[in-house]
Amino acid sequence: MSIPLALTVNGKAVKADIDPRLLLADFLRTTLGLTGTHIGCDTAQCGACTIHLDGRAIKSCNVLALQAQGADVVTIEGLAESDGTMHPMQAAFKECHGLQCGFCTTGMVMSAIDLVARHPNADEKTIREELEGNLCRCTGYHNIVKAVQQGAAAMAK
Amino acid sequence: MYTFEYQLPKTLADAAKALASTGGKPLAGGQSLVAAMKLRLAQPGTLVDLRGISELAGIRKEGDALVIGAMTRHADVANSAVVKGAIPALAVLADGIGDRQVRNMGTLGGSIANNDPAADWPAAVVACNATVQTNKRKIAAGDFFKGMYETALGADEIITAVSFPIPKKAAYAKFPNPASRFALVGVFVAQLADGSVRAAVTGAAPAVFRAAPIETALAKSFTPDAAKAVKVDAKGLNNDLHGSAAYRAHLVSVMAGRAVAAAG
Repeated sequence: MSIPLALTVNGKAVKADIDPRLLLADFLRTTLGLTGTHIGCDTAQCGACTIHLDGRAIKSCNVLALQAQGADVVTIEGLAESDGTMHPMQAAFKECHGLQCGFCTTGMVMSAIDLVARHPNADEKTIREELEGNLCRCTGYHNIVKAVQQGAAAMAK
Repeated sequence: MYTFEYQLPKTLADAAKALASTGGKPLAGGQSLVAAMKLRLAQPGTLVDLRGISELAGIRKEGDALVIGAMTRHADVANSAVVKGAIPALAVLADGIGDRQVRNMGTLGGSIANNDPAADWPAAVVACNATVQTNKRKIAAGDFFKGMYETALGADEIITAVSFPIPKKAAYAKFPNPASRFALVGVFVAQLADGSVRAAVTGAAPAVFRAAPIETALAKSFTPDAAKAVKVDAKGLNNDLHGSAAYRAHLVSVMAGRAVAAAG
């Protein structure tokens, strides 16, 4: 059984005929080649696969691609300007060295942007609580939190 | 995951028809079901996605009750001014489910239909003496949760909303497992409009249950000390690598006390 799927990904209309079993993460990575969305645990725990579905951070490894039918999806590839200028949150992660191996980073950035949208003036405690769904196996949380704070300030400008 | 057919009906009637004709399973946010399908623990022949039925979402006050649509996301309950005004404990509970990404997808209806032994919502539904509304009937909270992952729902029955009578006081306190963050024990305490007290416990047993000795103690004196002084029987409680039955029994009194303190 193959089902037509139509949605918007990073501002572009996308269409494909897919097996209903296809996960949103695999659709993004395999069908569209957007490999910036990482699959870490594949059990909705680590948050590496976090993307925005209609403006909200979700774990794309735990969502069927068909659940994004007609939706507006933004991945890490959709954040930078067309001239390559990084999103303020991406820039903050780079400047604060908010990453070590980098595997969790794209999910962290996507969660951080959702977090700042809801809590523009989030303090350290709120940031740590709100990032509960994103795990960094390098335990690089100190600089990640610093990056989110700097990114939030830059986004406010 | 095993293969399945997929349907996206636009109306409740079409969804019920699809379930009846295919013997399939309804899909809400999928935060438990999709995960279970990936592990091949669930293998529905057909998934009937309820996402397209707009009447299933939304939050409203109806007289002395707060009515939350089955497809309302946990994050929307947590942020709702209507919920915070009527039963703030429900907003706190919803804000403590899983993590932010899960709360953005998971729904009230999906949670109670799944009836995970450690789910948070069943405790609130039972303690508030809520009514589960389906496309066929109204089910009292006490009749809805039957056992581990088991409810009173028929195969083609769909939860449409849950109606929570607004209590005088209510609060939820949970002791999360340090790794999974699921409730090792969670207690929802409510002093209902008629003055009666209910204390519903999740995580401690195969399914949500009312802690009668705690209710009796709190009916006499609605104080944290009264709850904490109750010695809960460990018989029938979960006994696993996360905690012994005796430890869970002890936690029931402690969390009930914290809930009463939070209820004010």
